[in-house]
Amino acid sequence: MLAPRLVVLMLGFLLAGHAAAQQEEAPPEGIQIGLSTDSVAITSDFTGTNLTIFGALDNADPMVSRQGRYDVIVVLEGPPRTTVVRKKTRVLGMWINTESVEFKDVPASYSVALTRPPQDITDPASYSRLALGVDNIHLRPLDSGDAPMTVEEFTAALREQKEAAGLYAENVGGVQFLSRTLFRATLYLAPHVPVGTHKARAFLFRNGVFLRETSAPLTIRKAGVEQRIFEFAQQESFLYGVFAVLLAILTGWIGRLVFRRD
Amino acid sequence: MGIYLPIAEMSVNMVVLLAMGAAVGFLSGMFGVGGGFLITPLLIFYNVPPAIAVATGANQVIASSFSGALAHFKRGTLDVKLGLVLLAGGLVGSSIGIYVFAYLRSLGQLDLMVSLLYVVLLGSIGGLMLVESVRAIQRSRGGQAPLRRSGQHNWIHKLPLKVRFRASKLFVSIIPVLGIGAAIGFLASVMGVGGGFIMVPALIYLLKVPTNVVVGTSLFQIIFVAAYTTIVHSTANQTVDVVLAFLLMVGGVAGAQYGTRVGQKLRGEQLRALLALLVLAVALRLAFDLFVRPASLYSLAGGV
Repeated sequence: MLAPRLVVLMLGFLLAGHAAAQQEEAPPEGIQIGLSTDSVAITSDFTGTNLTIFGALDNADPMVSRQGRYDVIVVLEGPPRTTVVRKKTRVLGMWINTESVEFKDVPASYSVALTRPPQDITDPASYSRLALGVDNIHLRPLDSGDAPMTVEEFTAALREQKEAAGLYAENVGGVQFLSRTLFRATLYLAPHVPVGTHKARAFLFRNGVFLRETSAPLTIRKAGVEQRIFEFAQQESFLYGVFAVLLAILTGWIGRLVFRRD
Repeated sequence: MGIYLPIAEMSVNMVVLLAMGAAVGFLSGMFGVGGGFLITPLLIFYNVPPAIAVATGANQVIASSFSGALAHFKRGTLDVKLGLVLLAGGLVGSSIGIYVFAYLRSLGQLDLMVSLLYVVLLGSIGGLMLVESVRAIQRSRGGQAPLRRSGQHNWIHKLPLKVRFRASKLFVSIIPVLGIGAAIGFLASVMGVGGGFIMVPALIYLLKVPTNVVVGTSLFQIIFVAAYTTIVHSTANQTVDVVLAFLLMVGGVAGAQYGTRVGQKLRGEQLRALLALLVLAVALRLAFDLFVRPASLYSLAGGV
């Protein structure tokens, strides 16, 4: 079965820019993204897909637009979670987890789409101020007493692991202008994309200067039976256990009836 | 055909899991063991997180033990009283095991302990079985009658609190019975096994239980220990994946029937030698993973 292409349609619509542009003082540019749905369901055969978000610029200066000097970065940020990074070292010939650092509020996933390579949009200082991009996510250890060297090493490892799993991803050229004001962002959703409330954020830049940010929540959930089972296991864990046992007994008994030979 | 496991949070191939269940079921039917000790490592090799592999393994064991115990109950080769005493010990051991399991998981050492326990137990039992079966094969080639040493007493028979187990024709202290039950309950919850592969030799060699009631009694008490383990794992750790367990059970129950038929055609000592080789292979494979430098030294886990 082909991976379904999830399309989240635009709701927010561009305000006509030309009327305002004729006046002396142009109103400031704005950015909007609209989600036609506030939730995306993962089915049982989910193996990763692209999520498309449409958006528009308000009061775009036609001059700047024409020269392609507007840039948009769209981020889909997963729910924050406490995450432990463990490191294995060799003890008696075996590879054993020996060190660990716990991080607070780590976005479970972080998918970025940009109009151009990040270094062409703005300078590193702006990225770091906005905490924008995989390398600039604020990652803070829970216990501030850890040695700075260790924290640095484990922070890098955390990013590397998330990138390897496809959970932290950058898609250069993932945002495309369809017209002067309308754009489309294509974000990658990894097979193990975490369920929960994600935040879609869009950043607008003009000539390398950050102008505005907008955001909208998006819930990713498991569809159908899988989600029911997951919720059942989390909320009614005792009953779930009893159910699992009864299912096993029933299967064993039916198996005996079907295959009995004595 | 892909299927999404709701608790393991991963997509897996349904056919692979059914085949895995059937292969293990076939072997368990052939050798008369529960198969839990093969399922859990296989799931780990298939990248299922060890915590989920263990809890789900316990769930899967119930199905095969239940269908096996039913057969023994009909034939009368099941000592309910002995089973209940073993069970009492088993529940205590299993409770301790689950506490240890959760503690190791919070330390990040669960995967290591599960692998180590498997390597040590499978390695030693596989080794002993191999030596024993090779000797038996040599003996039968030499035409000698196997030595019988039943009726011999050891230190276990000097312990107090003796109880009579009629079906097993046994008069023995309750202490070692509870102890064996507890040790196996502990292993059941930490390793996700029924423990039949340890219980059977322990009952035969330590308690001198007659061989014909050993398998039935062992299966009988494993049902309850595995059921208890499954419920407690589910309540405490939410690590039981019913979808995964169900696929394994269906494959397992079907495979076991064919395994039993093949098992009846093979000679006992050859069968034991084969099982020993299989057990050793699993142990070696797990040991290999412990000693080889992993692809990445770092791993991520959710907060505690």
